[in-house]
Amino acid sequence: MTVLDIPELALVALVGVSGSGKSTFAGRHFQPSQVLSSDTFRGMVADDENDQSASGDAFDALHHVAGIRLRRGRLTVVDATNLQPHARAGLIKVAREHDVLPVAIVLDVPEAVAWERTRARADRTHGRQVLARMQRDLRQSYGRLAREGFRKVHVLRGVEEIEAAEIRYEKLFNDRRELTGPFDVVGDVHGCREELEALLLRLGWSLRRDDAGRPVDAVHPAGRTAVFVGDLVDRGPDSPGVLRLVMGMVAAGHAICVPGNHEQKLLRKLRGRDVRLTHGLAETMAQLASEPAEFVAETAAFIDGLVSHYVLDGGRLVVAHAGLKEAYHGRASGRVRSFALYGETTGETDEYGLPVRYPWARDYRGSAMVVYGHTPTPEPEWVNNTICLDTGCVFGGKLTALRYPEKELVAVPAVKEWYAPARPLVAPTPARPDTVLDLADVTGRRHLTHAYGTLTVPAENAAAALEVMSRYALDPDRLVWLPPTMAPCSTSTVEGFLEHPAQAFADYRAAGVERVVCEEKHMGSRAVVLVEREPGRFSGGAVHTRTGRPFFGPPLDGELLARVRAAVTAAGLWAELDTDWLLLDCELLPWSAKAGGLIREQYAGVGAAGRAALPAVLGTLDAAAARGLPVGELRGRMADRAAEVEAYSAAYRAYVGPTDGLRGVTLAPFAVLAGAGASYADRDHGWHLALADRLCAADPEFFTPTRRQVVDLADEAAVAAATDWWLSLTAAGGEGMVVKPYAGLAARSPKGSLLQPGIKCRGREYLRIIYGPGYTGPGQLAALRKRSLGRKRGLALHEHALGLAALDALAEDAPLWRRHELVFAILACESEPVDPRL
Amino acid sequence: MLLTLTTTHRPATDLGHLLVKHPDRVQSFDLPVGTAHVLYPEADEARCTAALLVEVDPLKLGGGRGRRQATTPDSFTLGQYVNDRPYAASSLLSSALAKVFRSALRGESRDRPELAATAIPLEVRVPVLRCRGGADLAVRVFAPLGWTVTATPIPLDEAYPEWGDSRYVDLTLTGTLRLADALNHLYVLLPVLDDAKHYWVAPDEVDKLLRAGAGWLAGHPERGLITRRYLAHRRALAGTALARLAELRLADEPSADDSVEIEQPAEAPRASLAIRRREAVLAALRDSGASRVLDLGCGGGALLTALVADRRFTEVVGTDVSSQALAMAARRLRLDRLPERQRDRVRLWQSALTYRDDRLRGYDAAVLMEVVEHLDPPRLPALEDAVFGHARPGTVVVTTPNVEYNVRYEGLGAGRFRHADHRFEWTRAEFAAWVDRVATAHGYTATLGGIGDEDPEVGTPTQLAVLRSNETGTRKEETTR
Repeated sequence: MTVLDIPELALVALVGVSGSGKSTFAGRHFQPSQVLSSDTFRGMVADDENDQSASGDAFDALHHVAGIRLRRGRLTVVDATNLQPHARAGLIKVAREHDVLPVAIVLDVPEAVAWERTRARADRTHGRQVLARMQRDLRQSYGRLAREGFRKVHVLRGVEEIEAAEIRYEKLFNDRRELTGPFDVVGDVHGCREELEALLLRLGWSLRRDDAGRPVDAVHPAGRTAVFVGDLVDRGPDSPGVLRLVMGMVAAGHAICVPGNHEQKLLRKLRGRDVRLTHGLAETMAQLASEPAEFVAETAAFIDGLVSHYVLDGGRLVVAHAGLKEAYHGRASGRVRSFALYGETTGETDEYGLPVRYPWARDYRGSAMVVYGHTPTPEPEWVNNTICLDTGCVFGGKLTALRYPEKELVAVPAVKEWYAPARPLVAPTPARPDTVLDLADVTGRRHLTHAYGTLTVPAENAAAALEVMSRYALDPDRLVWLPPTMAPCSTSTVEGFLEHPAQAFADYRAAGVERVVCEEKHMGSRAVVLVEREPGRFSGGAVHTRTGRPFFGPPLDGELLARVRAAVTAAGLWAELDTDWLLLDCELLPWSAKAGGLIREQYAGVGAAGRAALPAVLGTLDAAAARGLPVGELRGRMADRAAEVEAYSAAYRAYVGPTDGLRGVTLAPFAVLAGAGASYADRDHGWHLALADRLCAADPEFFTPTRRQVVDLADEAAVAAATDWWLSLTAAGGEGMVVKPYAGLAARSPKGSLLQPGIKCRGREYLRIIYGPGYTGPGQLAALRKRSLGRKRGLALHEHALGLAALDALAEDAPLWRRHELVFAILACESEPVDPRL
Repeated sequence: MLLTLTTTHRPATDLGHLLVKHPDRVQSFDLPVGTAHVLYPEADEARCTAALLVEVDPLKLGGGRGRRQATTPDSFTLGQYVNDRPYAASSLLSSALAKVFRSALRGESRDRPELAATAIPLEVRVPVLRCRGGADLAVRVFAPLGWTVTATPIPLDEAYPEWGDSRYVDLTLTGTLRLADALNHLYVLLPVLDDAKHYWVAPDEVDKLLRAGAGWLAGHPERGLITRRYLAHRRALAGTALARLAELRLADEPSADDSVEIEQPAEAPRASLAIRRREAVLAALRDSGASRVLDLGCGGGALLTALVADRRFTEVVGTDVSSQALAMAARRLRLDRLPERQRDRVRLWQSALTYRDDRLRGYDAAVLMEVVEHLDPPRLPALEDAVFGHARPGTVVVTTPNVEYNVRYEGLGAGRFRHADHRFEWTRAEFAAWVDRVATAHGYTATLGGIGDEDPEVGTPTQLAVLRSNETGTRKEETTR
């Protein structure tokens, strides 16, 4: 039995003449979806598997599909004769483009067998001389396969060997997904043994020393694994000492290590290559000179055995010396290794003569955390879920480690500046490099997966949202959340009512909710307030509308923020919540403060027309009646219309109040959504409203309290009381109420699904400004009761889920692109689709 | 909505014969949107008034309009439920008029043919008419036809006197006219003043307009406005109608001025500035030697047309964040009718200048013509990164208003910007500082200039900057060496 070792991710080319049994072999050892057969592709493009004139197009298509599969990390087998160098060259190219290893499996059967099989197939019409030519090509191929770039060449000779062969998959060296840590990832050490010892001790490791007192291993009581990002040597005072410790730890299984460019250069020097003794290599060579030859040999073997990057913890952590872009994770090729060791440079050099590095991390959109070193910076900074731990210890900075998965940084200062840096250690510009967003982060048809579900945003909606986001909304860094739309309660069957509390309670009861809070619905404008204790990462904060626009614009927004800030300070919330910023969900009153134009142009206009037209109509009808004409019924209807217009006018007038700047404006906060490092979606509404009350107490002139009733749905008396409360609220001109699960924003049903975060239940009079003055008429009410709420409810839930994910992303300080894609998706859900193509 | 028609011609009750509606009866007619009632609040020898009352059924109004069906009122749009259509005179009233008084509108009367052909004293009242353009416009359109016009604005809300007047007027017309003329005037002009149509305006509306306007529209001083508004601002239709009206006028009065009048926009001097701006940008692009160019924020495609016309530009890309603007540009460029080879030179992409866009990399030149001022200042760094940092065209041409020049625009209030959407307008010093900072940060060399007549005190109305990448400079040097 012959065992064929092939990497888990590879491009496998079957090589053999017609009739050598490639398809049978492929069918036996691989899944049908893994096998790309040239016959199939010929059939696909030309309806005839044997149409040789279609070969060019067929291989184009095959290479394309192979490329897509490899990009997605799928093993791919190419079932074609692959006898000619140019045919194989195409495959090698595809494999290289996707940094996977090309493997050849040669099936060599006696010519007579092949001829026998070919003749047995009705669809193969070529003659024996064609087969003979193929055999010649096969002979010639033997010597060339390895040279052409196949990293493994397996040859199976004879029918028996082919039939007995077995495939065995081997993991790539860089695939250590089974190691789950926890890890202590250590930045560039550069021969700073003293600092490394100190750092390990600080991290809780105990050092083991040899007879000479030199540390040769370290153990962590909690079984942690150390990960070294490379550049252990050069420049510093004791590169051999660092090597001795790290090599010991690796040998003992307490650490893993990736090579840095300095190890690479050292190895070449040790192997006698002509390497210039610059960038601190001279120091290392001098230090090694006093070490025994065996140690130097061990060092060379150690470096030689290092793998350029590791994929760890189920794919969630990637470690490489100079970082690694997502397409290269878990791949193997010269350029992957080169990227991992040296990074990508732009080809330019800076004023100190050092290469300018391409900021790959800025474009990084992968889900795996990438931890690396190589580029010294004063402070490690998270950029799109990547972090560079080289804090220039050898240049007098510090030696830094990252605790994974805790995401905690631990550092010890350098004992001294051991080596003068070629350029000063300065933070890379811009200060927050991940504030850059790419159009591809938000546009096109997008599938979003987040902790609360998945959602597909159609390209048409994204196109519409792009305009709002780009032209009118706040900058994405301060636009951290958008309020989801809210579904109304199921249509009421109570006489004369379209919405009624009974239905809202029934909706939640049906969802398995036991306790709800009824919050007075303020009729104003939604305002989301991001307030910062003092200008920092959010430049002081922002107030925005439900579509992300600045609320009033400067300078009023600034005044409003100052007022909120003062109240938060007075209420002592900064310290209590241990945060220097808060995100508040509020209603700003009166409605006319923001919507004055809309009220005057739309609502008041309709009222003015109605209030002028209907009395004239009634006057005309009265005159006709006086003449004895039978207009009584018509007059009755018109009188009803007139009363409805008066009621409608009263409804919008209730939400008009005089304001001048902020004078007359009040804010009604009803939820505290997030603060530093925390989403408060898990707090119950009692908590939220209690905090809101404290803001009201701190500044009763500016804040309006939200009246509420907590109702146990099993308690009929409480339900009845809440219904009466709603009737009195709405009778007094109130908009109505919002019923919410008491447990909070992220409340789930007993079955575990996300609940509607709130259901609105609006007053009978208020709805006149939504559905028209005369909506209560029997015909109209009947028509409106047919309203279908499914779409609105679905949208409300999707947007709510995105909002929760956005709050979590904010709490985790996720990269801007991730936070923005969630917020953008909420806006896209709310946008009327437009055609994105032209 | 209500319209009353009164005559004091004796016997006044003959009005019933002319309208073919008996004064002592109440008659009702089904309409697509509800019911029309005709009744007479007064009818005696000296004075007779006919009232046309349209009772709109809101359910019928909602269903037919737009994409949304009345059965899904959940997807609320303001106009669908809350609108003035049941109260204000509009094209709905015109349709009712045409249906209910069909023969009177044609000037026909079986019982009183001679009276139908005679001018009689008439008084028309429309208690609520939406009058876009103000009460004054009602005078301008009705007075030339022989009416004495009283248009009293209706206050927006008597509870809030500070809100002023609404867009509605209480209209009374008095005059001595043929009844048919009066009805035709109302049929055409009520929707014109309302400036909205409840139905889709199809090409046969041109014929309707010319029929109803026979004898009075061709010579009306406001015929341009009337035609455009009646045809719901559909340019092609209005053009056809105006051309036919001009022919009618030639036939009627051969000595009159003969050209078809297309109303000139009020801001004619600014139009010429727009042309000069375009020329200046084109000149800068030609100087740069660019052949593959981007028009970033192309809008409706004013510059694109000129770029496409110039064969030296082998690839012309227009981007805008608004897909509406791009659709307009595509229409203006007649993209669907260009030959394939021409079509391949042009690309229209939706893109936002606050996001990096890989498609925009590698072009010779980019134009930001009157674009930056449409961005909130906090978003400018994103634009700078996307254009100068990421797309990195060899040359960038930027134009923006010079706010100092605004004092030379009469009618532009102090502190006001030239366009409602401008988020800022820069002084020359501010623009120069921005250009200098961007050029330094991204490796460009800038030249500043101006567009339009230079005023010794405040400079040119438009500012111009041409930024050239220092990279292309060195690359060129290398190749020439």
